Amino acid sequence: MSVTEPLIDVRDLERTFDVRRRVEGRRRRVRDSVLAVHDLTFSVDAGEMVGYIGPNGAGKSTTIKMLTGILVPTGGQVRVAGLDPSRDRVELARRIGVVFGQRSTLWWDLPLRDSFALLQKMYRIPPARYRDNLDRFVDLLDLGDQLDTPVRQLSLGQRMRGDITAALLHDPEVLYLDEPTIGLDVVSKGRLREFLRALNDERGTTLVLTTHDLQDIEALCDRVIVIDHGTSVFDGPLAGLHEQGGSTRTLVVDLVDEAPPIEVPGAVVRRVEGPRQWLSFPAEASAAPVVAAVAASYDVADLSIQEPDIEDVIRELYSRGA
Amino acid sequence: MLHVAVATRAFRRYSTYRAATLAGIFTNSVFGIIYSYAYLALWDANPTAGGYDAQDAVTYVWLGQALLMTIALWGGGTTDDLAERIRTGDVAIDLYRPVGLLGWYLASDLGRAAYHLLTRGLGPTVIGYVVFDIALPSSPLTALAFAVSLVLAVVVSFAIRFLVASTAFWLLDQSGVKVMSGAFAIFFSGMMLPLVLFPGWLGTLAQALPWASYVQVPADIWLGKHTGADLVAALGFQVMWAVVLLAACQGVLRLATRKVVVQGG
Repeated sequence: MSVTEPLIDVRDLERTFDVRRRVEGRRRRVRDSVLAVHDLTFSVDAGEMVGYIGPNGAGKSTTIKMLTGILVPTGGQVRVAGLDPSRDRVELARRIGVVFGQRSTLWWDLPLRDSFALLQKMYRIPPARYRDNLDRFVDLLDLGDQLDTPVRQLSLGQRMRGDITAALLHDPEVLYLDEPTIGLDVVSKGRLREFLRALNDERGTTLVLTTHDLQDIEALCDRVIVIDHGTSVFDGPLAGLHEQGGSTRTLVVDLVDEAPPIEVPGAVVRRVEGPRQWLSFPAEASAAPVVAAVAASYDVADLSIQEPDIEDVIRELYSRGA
Repeated sequence: MLHVAVATRAFRRYSTYRAATLAGIFTNSVFGIIYSYAYLALWDANPTAGGYDAQDAVTYVWLGQALLMTIALWGGGTTDDLAERIRTGDVAIDLYRPVGLLGWYLASDLGRAAYHLLTRGLGPTVIGYVVFDIALPSSPLTALAFAVSLVLAVVVSFAIRFLVASTAFWLLDQSGVKVMSGAFAIFFSGMMLPLVLFPGWLGTLAQALPWASYVQVPADIWLGKHTGADLVAALGFQVMWAVVLLAACQGVLRLATRKVVVQGG
């Protein structure tokens, strides 16, 4: 692999599915072709942390399946680590890791330790490296007390940490994470994010994260690819997403007394509840003149500013894409 | 090494169901006794039917009972796990592993078969030997040939069950196909009635189909009906079906990733 080649290179990727559906008035079902993914082009360099997001049915999983080689594209090109995923699936599998929030790669009837041992054989991990990695991840993810527990008896958080260890024992170059924090409590989520960030820092592992939890994205990803209706509608840094989505910040004003909606230049009142009012203004604008204008004309008891909500931004992008 | 570990794990997993194993051996034995008396009546009327004598016939009955679960004649075994994983979409996990799906499930099924041989196979054989004085292999060579034939029977049966389970990629559920395939297996394996009793073209056809590898071929080897070149041909017949069907499994898998959606995100 040459130095300049990106780790993941997707060009004009397309995947159609044949479906049959019933049409009224016809006895036979009609064959239909559905475009699950089309005109999708992006590349990811080694060491990047990319959030791959989109609504349900947008084509996220279909893309990941093609990136990992378990689904063959119907058009375009995919190369991962210099390999053609569907042709070299088994070879590629040795170099990538996959973690699903809702599925486990562990064996439910085996203790964690035995599951890991089976993976060592499967990935042919040299014993010394296996021991090093196992010790390290068990320590970092605090799994020491669970190693001898059968997987079916683990809590969701413990199982998830077990799954992440399982995906990393063979030092993958890319780690795909599909909803890794789903169902976890706040503390576990935080710990997991911290761990993934450290993994990327220290080992340069490339992370591709699909999630509905936008806090995962905000905490981890420098770059976001938003997919909708099978194609990319945004690809860039998180900050750029705010601009493109026309995101706004909100100034929350608590007045001393109830008042009619505040009128100041550069901001619009969105909501009034008793003495509290919500004013929105463009995210890239400074809050200072708005605050000054409000304070100059009204008796203010308290002020606070809410940063733009990425969820709203993405919703806005989806609706425009449609 | 990996595949040995996989087989060992399957062996252990099945060995946790002790009560089911005992109940199974009991059922096999009851059917063995019923069939034995039916066959004895039949061979009393026609002492050389199908080239078997009465002891051959009763031995055939108990071999059939011993093979039933070992080869998972009417379906089931680890291929049921596969069908379930296709239905739920967990098969994606299997496909993400750097190891062929077919070899993995075959190793697993051989582990299961080894457990069923030692319990559901050995149990009825001992009871048949004690109660009905069934024939044992006449020489170490015959015993060895039977062992090889038994492994091939498991492989052929596995390949057919794997194909049946793969239909879940398209049909989402294997149960209909499984029932149908099980009916074919019972009839054409010689489980219900030895294939040597089938008349004319039906007999010829039945002996050429893959299901003959299940019971008829191993039983005939045990009974010493095949010797010399004939024995090689009998084993060759099983090898041929094993190769053809495993190739078909591999083809179906390739088709599945090309054509089909793996269920669920």
